[in-house]
Amino acid sequence: MLQTIGAPSVQALFESIPEKLQLSGPLKIEGGFSESALTRHMDALGRTNRPAASHGCFLGGGFYDHDWPALVDHLSGRSEFLTAYTPYQPECSQGTLQAIYEFQSMIAELCGCEVANASMYDGASACAEAALMAVGQTRRRKIVVSAGLHPHSRETLDTYLKHLEIELVEAPLVDGVTQWGDSVDDQTAAVFVQQPNFLGVIEDLDDVCHQAKTHGALSVASLYPIATGLLRSPGHAGIDLVVGDGQSLGVPLGLGGPSFGFFATRQKYVRKIPGRLVGLSRDGEGRRAYTLTFQTREQHIRREKATSNICTNNALIALRGCMHMAALGPKGLEEIACLSRQRTLDMVEAVTRSTTALSLAFPEQAFFNEVTFRAEGGADAIQRFKAALKEQGCHGVLPLSPWYEDMTDLFTLACTEKTRPEDIGKLIKAVESAFQMEVAQ
Amino acid sequence: MNLDLVPLLFEDSRPGRRCVRHANADKTQASHGLPARELRETPPALPEMGELDLIRHFTRLSQKNFAISTQFYPLGSCTMKYNPVVHEKIAADAAWMGLHPMQPADELQGALGLMHQLQEDLGEATGLPGVTLHPAAGAHGELTGLMVLRAWLDEKGENDRRTILIPDSAHGTNPASCTLAGFHVSTVKSNDLGLTDMEDLKAHLNDSVAGFMVTNPNTLGLFEENIQEICDLVHQAGGKVYMDGANFNAIMGITRPGDFGIDMMHLNLHKSFSTPHGGGGPGSGPICVTQELAKYLPEAIVVKNGESYSWSRPSHCIGRLRAWNGNFGVLVRAYAYVKRLGAVGMKRVAENAVLNANYLRVRCHKHWRVPFDRTCMHEFVARPTKVMKDAGVHTMDIAKRLIEKGIHPPTVYFPLVVSEAIMVEPTETESKETLDAFAEAMTEIAKEACAGDPCLHAAPTNTPVGRVDEARAVKDPQLCFRCS
Repeated sequence: MLQTIGAPSVQALFESIPEKLQLSGPLKIEGGFSESALTRHMDALGRTNRPAASHGCFLGGGFYDHDWPALVDHLSGRSEFLTAYTPYQPECSQGTLQAIYEFQSMIAELCGCEVANASMYDGASACAEAALMAVGQTRRRKIVVSAGLHPHSRETLDTYLKHLEIELVEAPLVDGVTQWGDSVDDQTAAVFVQQPNFLGVIEDLDDVCHQAKTHGALSVASLYPIATGLLRSPGHAGIDLVVGDGQSLGVPLGLGGPSFGFFATRQKYVRKIPGRLVGLSRDGEGRRAYTLTFQTREQHIRREKATSNICTNNALIALRGCMHMAALGPKGLEEIACLSRQRTLDMVEAVTRSTTALSLAFPEQAFFNEVTFRAEGGADAIQRFKAALKEQGCHGVLPLSPWYEDMTDLFTLACTEKTRPEDIGKLIKAVESAFQMEVAQ
Repeated sequence: MNLDLVPLLFEDSRPGRRCVRHANADKTQASHGLPARELRETPPALPEMGELDLIRHFTRLSQKNFAISTQFYPLGSCTMKYNPVVHEKIAADAAWMGLHPMQPADELQGALGLMHQLQEDLGEATGLPGVTLHPAAGAHGELTGLMVLRAWLDEKGENDRRTILIPDSAHGTNPASCTLAGFHVSTVKSNDLGLTDMEDLKAHLNDSVAGFMVTNPNTLGLFEENIQEICDLVHQAGGKVYMDGANFNAIMGITRPGDFGIDMMHLNLHKSFSTPHGGGGPGSGPICVTQELAKYLPEAIVVKNGESYSWSRPSHCIGRLRAWNGNFGVLVRAYAYVKRLGAVGMKRVAENAVLNANYLRVRCHKHWRVPFDRTCMHEFVARPTKVMKDAGVHTMDIAKRLIEKGIHPPTVYFPLVVSEAIMVEPTETESKETLDAFAEAMTEIAKEACAGDPCLHAAPTNTPVGRVDEARAVKDPQLCFRCS
């Protein structure tokens, strides 16, 4: 090969790099493992983790321990999906393209919207993109968010918006639900709510739509997709833009990523949507053919005038979501939603019956699969309970104080269809061990 | 390839079919206490499919794709190298995938240790010790880096520096990210050698310049030979230099951006570090910065205290640009890749990537116009000759004819500084036989092109669909089944 090139050595191929810039010795990076040595190394490292999934996981806060059928791993792991790239050449990418088209169709259906994009990085970045789209659409420079929007989404919005000098206003939570007050006005580009909110409380979508509509702003809902098995789709309530994180649709917890974000809206905004879009068209012979479309919005053509800087969706993870939604079907989705709620009702009943030290923080409000409790004894009691639950081999008790300064005595517990009666039994043992001490004192 | 039409899931849907069935679900019980206004009567109209139907549906769809595992895929600037299958086995382990991001650090020691070591190794490989694994993709890393730059300027009170200089050969994400970070873009020309025009750069440098964003090696596959001088000039003008590390594959283990004056850069783990491209993500775009800039990184980075690891928020943190702390599943694969290679293997990657690219360049330049025809790094850019153009042949025709020959086309029509560009990046994992087969295919196509062979306009004829009417998809947008 060197002979063909006409180079004396491989080293000579690097002559364009000034010699003084070339490393004189090897990098200080350990490695060179064989495949079996690597596998052993990774096994040993992995054993020092204590995974929560399938071990009585009552943790929520945006990611939930749902199940998925084996076909999701099997099919999404096919190397023809795994090792392809962005389908720029539609003739040899119809598999990826059709799957994305199906994904867009199912996401739009869950959201109750007319169109959806090919997915985004995650739920938080989808919120940021929604805000940017609303600013572009309304030419206004103020975003109002519910304090019940996931803290990471709020912080992501803050980071994105402050660089563009767009105002971000937070509407507070009162008794667990958003109190819009006079935060929304004629300068507001978008109003953000989360359904259910970070405290697990079900918000009034009619109120959000009313706030937005009255002032000519766009309404945006961040959705927990599983909830649509029981609750109305935000689009059906009149929400303009529905975003969210797809983790609950067949994606492992995976320490928070990769997941996928989704983004759905009205057909009339289609030219303003950020990210990849797949459309249905025809080839020269009139055959049905899928292709990336509206690429003129995108950075490789529009450069600094693009609607967004994002250049990828999270295709492979969205494909998992696509497969999972298809595997569930309407009935399966409804059952998962029902079971998640039933387990939560069972859990709430068991907890409140077993102690007076724990009570529902917002007894007047409805919840779906995550509930905020108040602990008598505040932060210390919460830590004691968390430790007791760990003793039982379970995971959970998420304190809210890191994100809400005034909620020092509040924490959440969440259930899914995977929560078993014996998990709830262990939770109750933890309650007894954490709070009987208090009684004894 | 599977040429048969695969009906949409919705078309194959039959009432009552499904794969997932749960006993004990009780809608009446589940609805107890929920407000009537938020309840729905019927669940979303998802398709209803049996398990075998779904298996066939997606298996057949997969057979309509070209992928690295089935085809040579020399997509320039995308580094389509082989993704070792052992990484998939490792990353699927519940020890990693079962971790909830809200678990306390003491339950995540293996994961945090892995992330910490990856931070260290990427810092060593780039010579830039401040590393965050937070960004979800390359463009997300660019945006993060530019926000770090803003934070640095703001702290110095230099709020007037709002211009970023970008060479005309840059990826489109570079200017788009600048806009999103609140900067203006000014374009610097490339010279006749395909490198940054030093005089034009100097003419652009003034006290409104926040920084220079350079891809090195650049998108023409050429190392910016004056990079050290470029960095010095920008620094003297009071700016910082951001490096787009999309092409890091060519230089890892050979040279370090931190050593030639780069202040910050991103790495595309899905390119240089061999994590699968997944049909368009998920990626991972860690950024590496100088010690001076490390305090502005987004949260959270992993720190080591004695023998244990924990999350840490840098003192002047810009905030966060996503939920949680990085695409962990991608990081596990990248870590495994680094540990397989080690320092010696990393250097060998760059050597073989550059060797393969030069071999193809020389084999192609007899029949194609190679505008910057000298020793390249990991990729090179070619284009049709004048004879071909006069015969009415365009780069798109070449790409489609390659598909017909069972080869994924190179990146086409990019970079913009070369009209009708064909950007070839073979990567280090391809054998000489595969490279020869590509060279021969390109030779045959060159002959057809010179003769204006109509087969070039008809291609591809052996794929599930022929050329797609993209104008129709824009004029009559059909993005969802329900809309059609």
